[in-house]
Amino acid sequence: MSQAARALDRIFRAESGAVLATLIRLLGDFQLAEDALQDALTAALESWPRGGLPISPAAWLTTTARRKALDRLRHLKIAETKKATWALLKRWEQEAEQGVDAADLSPVADDQLRLIFTCCHPALSREAQVALTLQTLGGLSVTEIARAFLVSEAAIAQRLARAKQKILRAGIPYEVPARESLATRLEAVLGVLYLVFNEGYLATTGRQLVRGDLVEDALRLARSLAELLPTEPEPRGLLALLLLHDARREARTDEAGDLVLLEDQDRSKWNQARIQEGLRLVEDALRERKAGPYQIQAAIAAVHAEAPTAADTDWRQIVLLYQALLVHEPTPIVELNRAVAISFASGPGRGLSALEAIEAIGNLESYAPVHLARADMLHRLGRVEEARECYRRALACADNEQVRRFITRRLAE
Amino acid sequence: MKYALLIYESEKIWASLSKEEQGQIYNEYMSLTEEFAKSGKMKGCEPLDPTSTATTIRVRSGKVSTQDGPFAETKEQLGGVYVIDAKDLDEAIAWAAKIPAARTGSIEIRPVMKFD
Repeated sequence: MSQAARALDRIFRAESGAVLATLIRLLGDFQLAEDALQDALTAALESWPRGGLPISPAAWLTTTARRKALDRLRHLKIAETKKATWALLKRWEQEAEQGVDAADLSPVADDQLRLIFTCCHPALSREAQVALTLQTLGGLSVTEIARAFLVSEAAIAQRLARAKQKILRAGIPYEVPARESLATRLEAVLGVLYLVFNEGYLATTGRQLVRGDLVEDALRLARSLAELLPTEPEPRGLLALLLLHDARREARTDEAGDLVLLEDQDRSKWNQARIQEGLRLVEDALRERKAGPYQIQAAIAAVHAEAPTAADTDWRQIVLLYQALLVHEPTPIVELNRAVAISFASGPGRGLSALEAIEAIGNLESYAPVHLARADMLHRLGRVEEARECYRRALACADNEQVRRFITRRLAE
Repeated sequence: MKYALLIYESEKIWASLSKEEQGQIYNEYMSLTEEFAKSGKMKGCEPLDPTSTATTIRVRSGKVSTQDGPFAETKEQLGGVYVIDAKDLDEAIAWAAKIPAARTGSIEIRPVMKFD
């Protein structure tokens, strides 16, 4: 790719989500908006290198795409179904003749918010929500999404087509939800972004531990969501959580690509800029006194981030935070994390009792982290043989190759 | 947009309720139907008799075969339908959530097919 093409690519990535969101509102049709945007991007590739960058690339793309949509509709000639759109476009044409300011066509932030709520509508499957969000707001191609999720391109293309079909036919609205349903609808949006991040960060399948691109995409989307909803603290909580996790990216694996536990990580490798931004965001969000699960998880990550060494970690604080998290997410996995925190705050014996209480209720027999946690506590208590047995059980149900190698190393010690 | 709200509920659970409990739910349906009608959004509503009264037929090679009972044995059975005119899916969901069976059974929301 030439330097100019790379620069254009960067602009397209940054702007296309916003432009598409506005086009979908203007045209009322996902597919037409996407096709028109593609046309506009092609036109930009031809005209920008010659004529120089427009003052507002986003406004240029929106205006051009709108004109391209009109061209497309003219060729389609499906009179009945496109009548409404047609009338709309006619009106724009007249506006253009009367010299309406091009700045009026700049992408509107609200459109992006509408689009993200549409893409993450609970009437769509989680897989569809993720694919749609990455394509429309993240600017990822079908090929990129397929590669990131290790699914065939045909499968992703079909998933996207079905989802767009459902949005159209089932009448999924293109709107920011009303106040009374905003909280539950926001949960779905945050869930999608967190899933995209984790898919990149944890990479539960395959050999690679971190799929960096998805991490970057999730961060970018979380950042814009936090900006679009400044009155809601949870998006800021999510962004803080992602930043604080990602700050440890370099320290999470060693030269051989093996997993390094939090307590063994070289903390000088932690990205201080990300940590500082994450800490600032979580403090800022918590000040609004509307603590939600993402803010609490970010607060937990913040306690780790603030400890100069693993031994300095304020585990009592972490136990309290997990207790608060349980109110929002009463899941065995949160209970497990709380038990681990207890084992560090009050000793592995206490941790083991907490763990036994969960195992009695939860169905976690095939969940590797439970066996790993138990193994670690038993090991610290000097009950080496029992610990080995737990490591073996963990190995039987771990599917990430790095985690498997980690367990194998422990067993060899 | 027109939507059909298909009401699925366990006939077994319904049959196990006392007369008073059934009466209470009937009244809820009556007032909901009234609310629907007043809003001007309702296009139709039909409660159905239980599946014990159902007859399923199929035509194969031009021959009608008739069978006692519903088309499939399921945990919840189709018990009725509202057809409404709503702005979008969110409005349809809000109406569907008011149907008493939503608390014990399920409501399937289906857009009515448009011919264009």
